[in-house]
Amino acid sequence: MAKEQAVIRNDMSRFKWTLNEMKKHKTGYFMALPFFILFFIFTVAPVLLSFVLSFTTFNLLEWPDFVFMDNYIRLLLDDDIFMTAIINTFKFSMITGPGSYLLSMLFAWFINELRPKIRSIMTLFFYAPSISGQVYLIWTIFFSSDQYGYVNAWGMKLGLLSEPVLWFQDEKYIFPLIVAVALWTSLGTSFLTFIAGFQVVDKSLYEAGAVDGVKNRWQELWYITLPTMRPQMMLGAILAITGSFGFGAVITALVGFPSPNYCAHTIMHHLEDYGNSRFEMGYASAIATILFFMMIGANMLVTKMLRKVGT
Amino acid sequence: MSFQEIKAKYVRYRNKRLQNKQQFQRSINRSKGGDIGIFVMLGIVAVIMVAPMVYAICQSLKPLDELFVFPPRFFVVNPTGKNYRDLFNLMNESWVPFSRYIFNTVFISFFGTFGNVIFASYAAYALAKIKFPGRQFLFSVVVYSLMFNSTVTGITNFITMSWLGWVDTYFAVIVPSFCYTFGLYLMKQFMETSVNDSVLESARLDGAGENLIFWKIAMPMVKPAWITLIIFVFKDLWNMGASLYIYSEQLKTFNYAIGQLVTAGIARSGVSAAATVVMMIVPITVFVITQSNVITTMSASGMKD
Repeated sequence: MAKEQAVIRNDMSRFKWTLNEMKKHKTGYFMALPFFILFFIFTVAPVLLSFVLSFTTFNLLEWPDFVFMDNYIRLLLDDDIFMTAIINTFKFSMITGPGSYLLSMLFAWFINELRPKIRSIMTLFFYAPSISGQVYLIWTIFFSSDQYGYVNAWGMKLGLLSEPVLWFQDEKYIFPLIVAVALWTSLGTSFLTFIAGFQVVDKSLYEAGAVDGVKNRWQELWYITLPTMRPQMMLGAILAITGSFGFGAVITALVGFPSPNYCAHTIMHHLEDYGNSRFEMGYASAIATILFFMMIGANMLVTKMLRKVGT
Repeated sequence: MSFQEIKAKYVRYRNKRLQNKQQFQRSINRSKGGDIGIFVMLGIVAVIMVAPMVYAICQSLKPLDELFVFPPRFFVVNPTGKNYRDLFNLMNESWVPFSRYIFNTVFISFFGTFGNVIFASYAAYALAKIKFPGRQFLFSVVVYSLMFNSTVTGITNFITMSWLGWVDTYFAVIVPSFCYTFGLYLMKQFMETSVNDSVLESARLDGAGENLIFWKIAMPMVKPAWITLIIFVFKDLWNMGASLYIYSEQLKTFNYAIGQLVTAGIARSGVSAAATVVMMIVPITVFVITQSNVITTMSASGMKD
């Protein structure tokens, strides 16, 4: 079969050969088409459209005017809240992205050391927060600002706090708290990827490693497990990074919108504010475009770094 | 039973035990202290992970006097089902009946999940097993789409939705979930590793069309993958709160209604705890049932460069 194709390929031009291949496998296009039409309408087109709209003054009512870079200039020079949002987003994703990645990796590794029955129970315990909807709101009850809040009540009873602390209203505490809650919900799909990744490592490699002088579990992890798990690590990184930009709704549910003195205001909130409340679509598109390049940039950077690991 | 039979049975039993022991004995490079340390640490973190869930369950079973005791108590002493009965009554009395919210969530979750599994599997089969020109390009676009989330597309999708006339309809929520790219990604990776090319080839030689091969050969082979897709898409749709594209109260989801209950200032009440429990128990149960399939699928999910 392969030989035959090779001969055919020599006989005709590359273009003709491609055309022939397309005709031969046309069912492939029919099968992929429904998904990719929708994918184009709801994912590719919006990205392109928001790029185009970001150069205009579109507001859903009037015909958009082309204003070139005005939106971006206004964003970067005139919009103080946007600057706060950028800094917050960077801070937030720099902590939750790598944080959730490392936690997923570490706990998946620990859980992998357990027997299968306990392993699946532990997997459930660690994965459950990310799938159980609004359970994270329970943290607002634990950290409620009155004396009925568990942390306040017990802290006062044990003499650690002298008066109730306004956990989710005080700028000092909001940021660490939302990071903690975000990390709590973040052991999601990347965690499962690692759990599975650890299980498919060939066990005989460990024995071979032990013969070759691997002395403890940390060396085993570093020299044997991680290099064989690179594909899973790549996917896990992408999921963790993308996830770290997706906590806008969690933050809003925890501290409200807008957050006190914009201390937890991220680009996601800024985007929602202009896009869904003020309907300044051109301006919002500029924000979306910046966010898009931030996410793609962070992912490209990290996958490039991970490609170097172990080579 | 003769002595020989008993002996044979014993030998089989002993071999099996030895085999099991070997399987779980991970004594190479494992110190006892490290094992204990890991176990203790996992235990502590596991408690933090499940505490809110356990709390929600306890809270939902507390009678009124226990809900407002000071200092607040974590566990329930005299469990009662009253909160669940109250939730049920409340559901019947609200302006938009709660059954309507539940119907919306179930309707959206079911059709969204079903559509995604069909669409993504078809496309994944084509990408993985039919060698048409352009498939690498399409797949790399899919991988790039994993690198950003729907906040970026939300604004312009609103324009698309209003142009299609889908704002404030079920379509606005259900149809976009058909093209959930992570589902396609998982399905394609799994098909590549677990569907044997030679089987497909022989079926093609026998004159079977691709559609038939897809349904009769490929789909049964990738059962873990579509079960995984079901749980991933389902949990997203089930947990979906207020959508940008839905205004009418009649079309909103159960999760949105629960959110209203919880944030309406009765956060400590047993009723909202009961509602939270109802809301979380469904995806957790689905995951418990499907866990081994999910892990099997994820093991094939790595990103080869």
